This record gives sequence, structure tokens and C-alpha cells, in this order.
Amino acid sequence: MFDELFTITTLIGILHSCVRLATPYLLASLGETFGQRSGVLNLGVDGIMLMGAFFAFYVVFEGHNLWVGVLAAIAVGILMGLLKAFVSVTMQSLQGISGIGLYLFGLGLSSLLFKTLIGSVEGVSGFRQLPIPLLADIPGIGHILFNHNILVYLAYLMVPVSWFVINRTTLGLKIRAVGHNPEAADTLGVSVNGVRYTTMMIGGALAAVAGASLSIGLQNVFQENMTNGLGFIAVALVYFGSWRTAGVLGGSLLFSLVNALQLWVQALAIPVPSEIAVMMPYIMTIVVLAFTARQIQKPAALARSYERGE
Amino acid sequence: MLTGQRRIEDQFVYGISRPTGGHRAVNFRLNAPYVQMYGIVKRFPGVMACDHVDFDVRRGELHALLGENGAGKSTLMRILYGLYQPEEGRILRDGAEVTIHSPTDAIRQGIGMIHQHFMLVDTLTVTENVALGLKSSREPLLDLDRVEAGIRELSEAYGLQIDPRAPVWTLSVGERQRVEIMKALYRGAAMLILDEPTAVLTPQEVDELFVTLGYMKENGYSLVLISHKLQEVLAISDRITVLRAGRLVGTVPTEDMTRQALARMMVGRDVMLERTREEDLDAGEVRLRLEDVKALDVTGQPALRGVSLSVQAGEILGIAGISGNGQRELAEVIAGLRPISGGNVEIDGIPITDWSTARRTEGGLAYIPEERMHDGVVRDFAVSENLVLQEHTSDKFSNGIFLAFDYIARYSRQMIQDFYIKTPDIRTMTRNLSGGNIQRLILARELSRRPKVLVAAQPTRGIDIGAIEYIYQQLLEQRDKGMATLLISEDLDELLALCDRIAVIYEGLIMDVLDRDSTSAQELGLLMAGVHSEKQGAQLEEQGAQPDIQ
Repeated sequence: MFDELFTITTLIGILHSCVRLATPYLLASLGETFGQRSGVLNLGVDGIMLMGAFFAFYVVFEGHNLWVGVLAAIAVGILMGLLKAFVSVTMQSLQGISGIGLYLFGLGLSSLLFKTLIGSVEGVSGFRQLPIPLLADIPGIGHILFNHNILVYLAYLMVPVSWFVINRTTLGLKIRAVGHNPEAADTLGVSVNGVRYTTMMIGGALAAVAGASLSIGLQNVFQENMTNGLGFIAVALVYFGSWRTAGVLGGSLLFSLVNALQLWVQALAIPVPSEIAVMMPYIMTIVVLAFTARQIQKPAALARSYERGE
Repeated sequence: MLTGQRRIEDQFVYGISRPTGGHRAVNFRLNAPYVQMYGIVKRFPGVMACDHVDFDVRRGELHALLGENGAGKSTLMRILYGLYQPEEGRILRDGAEVTIHSPTDAIRQGIGMIHQHFMLVDTLTVTENVALGLKSSREPLLDLDRVEAGIRELSEAYGLQIDPRAPVWTLSVGERQRVEIMKALYRGAAMLILDEPTAVLTPQEVDELFVTLGYMKENGYSLVLISHKLQEVLAISDRITVLRAGRLVGTVPTEDMTRQALARMMVGRDVMLERTREEDLDAGEVRLRLEDVKALDVTGQPALRGVSLSVQAGEILGIAGISGNGQRELAEVIAGLRPISGGNVEIDGIPITDWSTARRTEGGLAYIPEERMHDGVVRDFAVSENLVLQEHTSDKFSNGIFLAFDYIARYSRQMIQDFYIKTPDIRTMTRNLSGGNIQRLILARELSRRPKVLVAAQPTRGIDIGAIEYIYQQLLEQRDKGMATLLISEDLDELLALCDRIAVIYEGLIMDVLDRDSTSAQELGLLMAGVHSEKQGAQLEEQGAQPDIQ
């Protein structure tokens, strides 16, 4: 019964979906990587994504340019990041709990705004496919890699950019130091809180764009809780990827592959209960986390707030 | 020498604002005061940490700051480094008044500090640690190549051997300290404050450090050495300032001082620290025996890899070694706090390997744990509760299911008197006592039971000299009464003063057991670093195994 799944056309289709669907995972988990490398665990990614998705959608729905929608999402994401930073860094509340609070806030507010401002499920025309000239014409590969909307390319571009920022800039060195030994960084005049505010803003912006990539790029609708916990998977992917950008890329592709398979299994009406197919990404999250529970590269100060002591 | 200094200085072009005033100019005047502090006052709740203290350090001088724990020496230096703000007092650099609000300000004034707990990021390389927080010449990009070149120059000039590309987690304690010094030098420090720098080093590493400090002094650096070790202060400093209870006792040239005179300044009375054993008791019967003991550390790695030892009645056996070589696990295995993965522990010939800690206590074992605040007492218990903690179920302290409060109170008062525990009351929370008094409390609890065997892990670490003197007295007294003591310490002077024999532990193995009278700090230091003496090496080869230690 799986024969249909293994024709060339289908495989190309699955891989194309895989590359495309990795976009929100990638953006959100790269953002989370910045935060975690600096020692802040942000479990509120999903809430930020929902807010980003809503505002991008709403701005476009009101007839503005798609890029204005993206900018709106970024602005909202930065605000959400600042809120998280204020609660976790300045007020030093427990990071896990405050992250869940942020998630619930984002979930509730985006639903409320959706109901009052839009009301019913509507569509917009989001970013269109932008085949890259010549490259997109390569048989097979061309369609898989080079026939996507611009947000997809942007997400992949963020992988080397993030790596470069973390490993080759003074800001990146500060981020790594603050995540491992904030006391040491503080004695050298590095503002621990300043660095953490910065990473929270970067993470918030990326998470919000991840949300926008759903509402004005991939699905072109907004629904309540449309992320379906995708933001939590993004957090898990950071662990899975051992806090490295390449690891996060690998994890994102793996998860989107499972997702793509799941969609295609349903689309081809292969008689697998759709509930089981939909469950797959979440089951994978649990399995993957179980096997990556111990990590030596983990930032030593992760989820620990910093207070200048004696 | 001066041209060398200048050449190095040329490397300091990277963005960081160098100390103003050109104090690195070639014609610096040796012996001119670099930093002067006048009338410094700092209060903490309930304590006067610094009470109108004056202090100065000259160029090209190594100035030792001596005092007991809580004397205010670290506080004074933290004020200078900008970690605390003084309530009164003035600070001058090169004769001009300055205000220092933060470590960044201090660095700007050319003042660097090497903390007792290293402030390094393990996962970063040496170069990255040095570059952290500095402005790069290619902002916002890093310029690690230039930093690395600067490090190489400096390490050559001052004998600071470091590989700039090594990640810090791969470095030894001595090397990490060099990275700390490098951080300060690279930032253009003209003055270094070293907070108890030798506490964590082997004797060989101490020698290397002192050579480096010597070079720095010649090059006009001002050095402040915070210490409570009289010997090293006398050996390398030019002047000594002694603080006691937040007050300045005096500043004296080192050549005028002796150990006794310094100890008197520190404590305010005569101190007997060099209490050698008056008479050697004949070795009694074996009280504690370990045979091929193996154990794992918290991460599941082998920490003890076959330790055999025996301690006789009326003997103190020392365990020397650099921390982390299995000492903690050794103490815990004997105390019954860590499962044994091979071998045997016996007290008086009876195997106790399977005994619970309570049964070991009844069997005559006493234990002074390394982490006294953590493992030695319950911090939020009253002094009297901690005193009877171990035996609170015995007939002595209880009537059936009730505690015998009257007796416990009487007993506690007696203990406080006998062991000189300074506490306002027996109901005072233990957390409010000083380290020395908590250790006295533990000593009272453990020794009043008249144990046959005592395991003491780092009993004097971080304790003031008065309490140390008392602990030494107690240990020797009990030894003379026939107790067998296993004394784990990182302080070689302490081991050489107290022990009859000294075993050296290295990576979970006993390197050798030496008679105290026929060994030296140098020999012990080599063994602590894992270097076999020739005699020992030959012996090992012959036997093809761990020598049987008796």
C-alpha cells in the first residue's frame, strides 16, 4: 500500500515539502539557539510565533505589502522578546515557568485579536514561489531546493548567518561566555543582562518571522493556535542540535521530513489512520529528547538567572 | 629590560583605553606609590569589614596583605577593584584621586585582579577568554589572530607558558591561573591583585608563579598578594600589611619580620603552629584498613582505582594530593556515603563495607566532611541540635520517643565551653556561626564520642588561624590518646606538621607512603604531580603492581 509513496514524482514532492516545511522550525529554533547559548531558556517561542503569525497576517489582510507584514511580525517579536527578557532577566523569575506564561499570553492574545479584528477564517495571498533562475530548472533537485518562496530561502540563509554571528563576532563571543559563565563575563565588563536582552530580541524576531512564514508564506491563513505546538518542537530541536546551528538545521530537516511524509500519506489517501500520521512529529520529539538528554555542550548557565554576588 | 617592556607595550594597540597618565613610560620611577588608599571604611550588616584602613602599593613592589579570614583583606582589595563601594575614604592612583565604581573602571586605572575562583569560561579557548569583553580592531568581527599574537609576546616576556588555542577546560589549575594573569596583562594592567594564588597550586607550580611574579616586579608592575600563609609571604614579599578584624595592624618591611612576629600581628597573641610531635608513640594495632578499594565519582568515572592503606592507633596518616584526585571519594567511601565498587574497608579487622553510616558511627568512626556547611551540619538547626544530631536517638539524649531537652541543653553548654565554640546561645542558628566555630562544633560532636578512627577531610580549609591552631591541638591530643586519624589535606605544611606518615594520592592511586621525617615538600610535590621517585618506580616495576602499603 506504500508503493505510491515511492514513485520518483512523489519522492520529489515529499522532499520539496520537507525543504519548505522546515522554514518555521529553522527560524524559530535558530532564534532559540541565540537565547539558550546566552543562558536563557525561552519556552514561549510558540506564543511569539502565534503573535508574529497573526500580526503579519492582519497587516496583509488589511491590504498592506507582504514585507510590511514581515516587519510588523518582527516588531511584535522583539516586543515579546523584551517582555520575556524583562520577566526572566530583570525580574529573575524561573525561566521555564515564565516561558510557559509567555506562550499562554501569546496564544490567548492572538486568538482574542483574531476574533475581534477578523472574526472568521480568511485567506490572503502570501509570498509566491520564487524559482531561482537556471538553478530551478535542474531536474528534480531544482524543484526540491530552488522553487520556494523567499521566506524559505531566508530561513536557510539564517543558518550560516547565525553561525557566523555566534562564532565570529564579538557579540557571539559574549553570548557564548554569558551562557557558560556569566560571573566571568561580568568581571570583564560584559553586561550579562544586556547580552541576554539582545538574544531575547533576536530570538523573538526570528520566532515571529517563523510564525509569519506560516500565515503569509506556507498556509496563507490565520487560525487560532495554528502553530500546534511547533514552537515547542523548535525548543526541543535546539537540544537535539546540541546548541549548534548545523545541528539545528539537521534536526529541522528531520522533523519537516516526518511532517512532509505525514502530509503526503494523507494526501495520497494511504490507509494509515491520520491521527497516527499527525502524531509522528510529536512522538519523534519525545524519542529524540530521550536520547539527547545528556549533553556536554549544554551552556552551563542555561535557565539560571544571574545576580552579581559577593 | 626596559626596552623589552616597551616592545610589549607596543602590542597594546587594540582599542581598550589604556591606563591614562602614561605610567608605562620607560622612565617610571621605581618605588613611587602607584595606588594609595586612605581611611577606607566599609560596613556590612553587623560587621565593620574595613575600619579606616590605609594601604599603598609602590611600583615594582610585591606587597603582601596578610590577615585571618574575615580580617578585611579581601574586602579592601574588592573595593580597589570596584566590586564594592567604600563608605568613606579616598583612593589615589599616581597621586591623583580616582573613583572606581566597577571592575571596568579598575581595569581602566591599570588595576587587575586574579580571583581565588578563576573567572574563566571553560568552553572557550585561552585566546577567546582573553578577548572577551575587549573591543576588537575589526568590530563587530573578532580579531583572534591579533589577540593570539599579543598573548604569545606576553607569555614569552613573563615566562607564562600557555597554548593560546587550547580550550580552557583542558588546562590544569596552574595553567588556568596563568590565563587569568594573561587576561590582566593583556588589558594593560600595571598592578595585579592576587587573592590567595597559591592555595590551589602544587609546590612546583608555586615556584613557577613566583618566577613570573619576579619578572613582573622587575618590569615595574605593582603586585598585591593576599595570603594567610606566613611562609610564602616571608619568602617573596617586599612589604607586609597586616589586618585584623577590619583594622590596620601595621605595614612593615619583610626583612624585619619573623614567622612568630607576623603570627602575633595577625592573631594578636602568641600562636603555636609548629607543634611537632613531642614523642613518637609506638605504632599501635591497625585500626583502619583499606584493601584495594575502588569507587566511582559522581559522573560514573573511576575515582579510586585500588587504594590500599592502613592507619594504626595513635597515628595520623596524611593524604596529600591535588584536589580532584580521589580524596573526596576516599573520605566518602570510608564514611559510608559512597558505594564501594571493589575492595574492602575494615575497622579493627571487621569488614564494614556493607555497614550503614549509622552503624559505622557506632563502630567507632568519626568523620569531618570537606563541605562543612553542606555535609557537616544542618545550617538551619540550632547549635544544640547539631551537637546531638548523630546520637539523638541514643539513651543519653532521649527518653523513649522524646528528646531529653534538659540534658541536651546542659550537654550543649558543656560542649560549647570545652571546645571554645563562640556562639551567643545554644539555640542560635548554626548558619550564623563563623567557619571556624562551625568546625569546632563538628569537632565537638565527633570527638566527644571518643571514636577509634577519625577521617578528617580538609579540616582547616578557609578557617582562621586561631581555630586552626585549636584543631591541630585536638587532633594531636586525640592521637596521643590512641585515635587513628586519616587526615586529607591539600596544605603540605599542615601535613608535614601533623602527620606521622603521608600517603600521596594521584588519579585514584596511592603513589607512595612516606615517613614524615624522611620526606620533603619537594618530594611530595613531585608525587602529587604523578611523577614517581626513582626508588618507587623501580619498586613498582619489580613487583609489577601497586606496592603493599603498610
